[in-house]
Amino acid sequence: MIRQLRLALRTGIVTEPAAPDPALETLGRRLSDEVRRLFGRSLHIRQVDAGSCNGCELEISGLTGPHYDLERFGLHFVASPRHADCLLVTGPVTRSMAEALRRTWDATPDPKLVIAAGDCARDGGLFAGSYAVVGGVAAVVPVDAIIPGCPPSPRALLEGLLAVIARRAGSRARR
Amino acid sequence: MTRELGLVLLQVVIVAGGAPLLVGALRTMKARLVGRRGPRVLQPYADLAKLLRKDAVVSTTTSWIFRVTPYVLIASMLVAALIVPLLLARPVLDFAGLVLLMYLFVLGTFFLALAGLDAGSAFGGMGSSREVAVAALAEPTIMVAILALALRAETTNLGGIMARFAEAPQLAANPGHLLAFAALFLVMLAETGRLPVDNPATHLELTMIHEAMVLEYSGHYLALVEWASAMKLFLFMALLANLFFPWGMPAVPTLTALAIGALVFAGKLAVLTAGLAVLETAIAKLRLFRVPEMLAGSFALALLSVLAVFLLP
Amino acid sequence: MTAPLYAIVTGFGLVAGSVGITGVLGLTWTLRVGAIVPLGGLALEMDPLAGLFLALVGFSVAASSCYAVGYVTARRGAGAYVAFALALGVVPLAANAMTFLLAWEVMSLASWALVLDGRDDVPSRRAAWVYAVMTHAGLACLLAGMLLLASHTGTLHFADWRAASPTLPAGLRNAVWFLLAVGFASKAGVIPLHVWLPLAHSAAPSHVSALMSGVMIKLGVYGLLRAGLEWLAPGPAWWGGALLILGALSAVVGILYALVDADLKRLLAFSSIDNVGVILIGVGGALLFVRAEAESLAALALIAALYHTINHAAFKTLLFLGAGAVVHATRTRSMEAYGGLIKRMPWTAACFLAGAVSISALPPLNGFVSEWLTFQALLQSVRVAQPGVSLIFALGTAALALTAGLTAACFVKAFGITFLALPRSDAAEHAHDATVSMRLAMAALAVACVALGLGATVIVPALANVAASVLGAPSEPTHVAALTFSVVGGFASLSPVIVAAGLVAGLVAPVVFLVAAGSPRRARAGETWGCGRIVQTPRMEYTAGAFADPFKRVFRFFYRPVKRIDLEVHPESRFFVRRMEYANPARALFDEWLYRPVLRGMRALAGYAQALQSGNAAAYLGYILAALLALLVLR
Repeated sequence: MIRQLRLALRTGIVTEPAAPDPALETLGRRLSDEVRRLFGRSLHIRQVDAGSCNGCELEISGLTGPHYDLERFGLHFVASPRHADCLLVTGPVTRSMAEALRRTWDATPDPKLVIAAGDCARDGGLFAGSYAVVGGVAAVVPVDAIIPGCPPSPRALLEGLLAVIARRAGSRARR
Repeated sequence: MTRELGLVLLQVVIVAGGAPLLVGALRTMKARLVGRRGPRVLQPYADLAKLLRKDAVVSTTTSWIFRVTPYVLIASMLVAALIVPLLLARPVLDFAGLVLLMYLFVLGTFFLALAGLDAGSAFGGMGSSREVAVAALAEPTIMVAILALALRAETTNLGGIMARFAEAPQLAANPGHLLAFAALFLVMLAETGRLPVDNPATHLELTMIHEAMVLEYSGHYLALVEWASAMKLFLFMALLANLFFPWGMPAVPTLTALAIGALVFAGKLAVLTAGLAVLETAIAKLRLFRVPEMLAGSFALALLSVLAVFLLP
Repeated sequence: MTAPLYAIVTGFGLVAGSVGITGVLGLTWTLRVGAIVPLGGLALEMDPLAGLFLALVGFSVAASSCYAVGYVTARRGAGAYVAFALALGVVPLAANAMTFLLAWEVMSLASWALVLDGRDDVPSRRAAWVYAVMTHAGLACLLAGMLLLASHTGTLHFADWRAASPTLPAGLRNAVWFLLAVGFASKAGVIPLHVWLPLAHSAAPSHVSALMSGVMIKLGVYGLLRAGLEWLAPGPAWWGGALLILGALSAVVGILYALVDADLKRLLAFSSIDNVGVILIGVGGALLFVRAEAESLAALALIAALYHTINHAAFKTLLFLGAGAVVHATRTRSMEAYGGLIKRMPWTAACFLAGAVSISALPPLNGFVSEWLTFQALLQSVRVAQPGVSLIFALGTAALALTAGLTAACFVKAFGITFLALPRSDAAEHAHDATVSMRLAMAALAVACVALGLGATVIVPALANVAASVLGAPSEPTHVAALTFSVVGGFASLSPVIVAAGLVAGLVAPVVFLVAAGSPRRARAGETWGCGRIVQTPRMEYTAGAFADPFKRVFRFFYRPVKRIDLEVHPESRFFVRRMEYANPARALFDEWLYRPVLRGMRALAGYAQALQSGNAAAYLGYILAALLALLVLR
């Protein structure tokens, strides 16, 4: 116990600053200023794996670690869609997960956002056209933003999330 | 009369307003201890404000119990807030004692457990079952620790206990007293759902106790439930700080006295919060069926504290 | 046809209750009629303690009878019910041994007939049989004890016994106490004499179970109070210690068995054992304090016990009546078939919730006030400067606290599994709410629970009167000031009214805050979050057995559960399971470790005694001659 604490205190804070400049595709239908104001300081995210290969999940799990630390921006992963403001969906949406994704979206209270992370979530990616795949998250639920990449790096994910809620670079990012 | 009303308002504002700050400070401290920058200390306020403006989704399986429970939780915490001595050496509701305080917490747990069962999901039922089990096993420790305190102070009335310690401050340094502190600290971990009993930040439903009951809440209901559990943590910490380290608490509510009292109180809470953050960072969650062993250990500590009253007067 | 009869009984119950209250307030009287009962005639005497129990009987009978108006459809059992109610009313008033014992026996026989309820199946017959045997064993002890005391004092009148109590020799005192205590404790359902209680109370129709649990077992407590504090006072310390320890044991064991039970009425019956244990903790404490000459503390403990007696009568009757409505609507007693009843039986659910909140001792209802008083009486044990006594009190405190926590858990289960979520069976799906008279009875009891809690500042002084009359010494165990009452020595104080007001204000405050903060408070209907699964069925809900599982594990050493898994596999491959049945029942330890060996021993003895029944007429004549000679010699 003491050894772990000493190691932590010796290592110090290792969080890197973030600077948004993403290759983000924002569809912007429901991203009104009002919504950005509501979520600007507090966005709770529920990650949904709609048949992904878990490459994107590995990158997303890096976001909660000390280097990328999404919590410093008021972003937070939650366990239940009832607690969530935003669904971060990965995977090409396989047929088996289509209904589950839709139910998850139904269970999320309004106002809510859907962010599709990864090339598969954008349009099926590698698996586009497969018999097992519905074809991108937009085929099941309305999407507000797409973070491309296969997989998108944690930096790209973080920058994408910040751009969605319009958090500007400067004093906030350098904290 | 207006002074009493002013004090009531002050205690409610301190507890309701300070609880999110306590939770935020705890989260930030835990993050810093593992090398992360962590959320802002005021983040819980932003979370609550956002939740208040969101819609709620209420399952058709639930009944009025589900919708009433958040209000019952807040009500029991607000009454408890009037019972715990915060800044002054006596609480606002003069008559109240430790037994009433403990039963107010049980009231909240009872309704939250019912709300967990109401949605008809397996998670909720599991959370309710585990939560009432942990709460039931923590009860004997609480009562025996209260017995130890009451034996020393010759009253269970919180104002009376504070007065007794004001007369004889050396009582607080008695080893038996510290044993009671240790026992109640372990009980606090169990009742407020902190590590090692329950991880408040877990996503794995099968490891949840308190969070599993709350999975179904959303919108303003969720805001009230989260707020009530933050207030419960705040009240437990305040109780531990003020009962066991009863220094710097004025008896008369003049402005300077209140200011000094507030500073001392904030300092005590900060130390306790830091201690809790270090503890939560350093240890892992216990397997669920090891928790009764931990609670049995806390019961043994409380019993020792009672014995110490007779052996170490 | 029977409805008017029950309505009349309701009226009489209310009258009796009011008469009882006048007795509590000090209006005492006696009534002697020489002829009706042999060996002394019918003698009734009203004093504060009798008045308290008569009030308890009267109001509970009124509630049960009002319920029965809408609940009972058959003529069978009406006569037994009237006899039962009458006997319940006479027992507290009885002023001599024969009146008491006759009323006691009528009470037992009438309730036996009501438990059997004209049914012929094995479980009902067994319940009735065990009940009959236990209650008559208890009667035998009572008879022996009373006759022993009567033969020493030369009289059968209780007033004379009270006067003669200081002069009894120690051996006789202890022997009579032992016999009377065993008799009364078996009626009260104290461990280990409790086996009849879960069987009888769950087999009987619900309005009868309500009376048995709410009133009849309290008369066992009444007997213990009379015996320990009046007829045989002052007793040695081990009486109080034994009662306290047995009370603590009953409290914990009762609630542990209630927790793992899936039969709603048996759960309530075990909970009655638990509450009787709590009452006996108070009574035992009172006896110990009397011995230690702490008069006001003894009065305090006695007030706590009496208050819990009244409160338990109120909320247990309420709970049984509610359970009766549920069983009537769903035709089963198993909680595994309930669910979703809050939407189909809203009145019953609301009343049952009031009962559940009361029995879990949650502020500001009545259960909280009496448990609070019991705690305060126990916590003050430090004033009694004997470490042995203090240790017993500390253990009692821990047991009481454990019981309180477990009771809350048990009633979360009872209310939650029965009324919440989705119906687990067709019967629950099509349940209908109770009839008007049933709702009226339950609502009246729910209001009584609230009133008994909020009216503590009025009730506590009245009980102090009763305690003073029983203990025979005036003392000031409590002090009432406006809305607050405090216990002796400024040890603690409580104001249920202020707490209730605070809670109501606390319920309103968040609403005001939400409106002021501009929260839209919009809610959309949806379905329960189930991780995106396609179908939600009642099979996914938590069951009663699953809810109790953590307790079964933690208290494994006590339950000693026996796990049974029955698998039905596909004939082609044992890896495809078609059906699986899992059961993990707790073992009934008292049956296995105490009663079966005792019964086996008795049967063995009876086997030896059978040798006497040789069928030889000459041998029988020889027995008669021997008996005659013995009587002539012993005279």
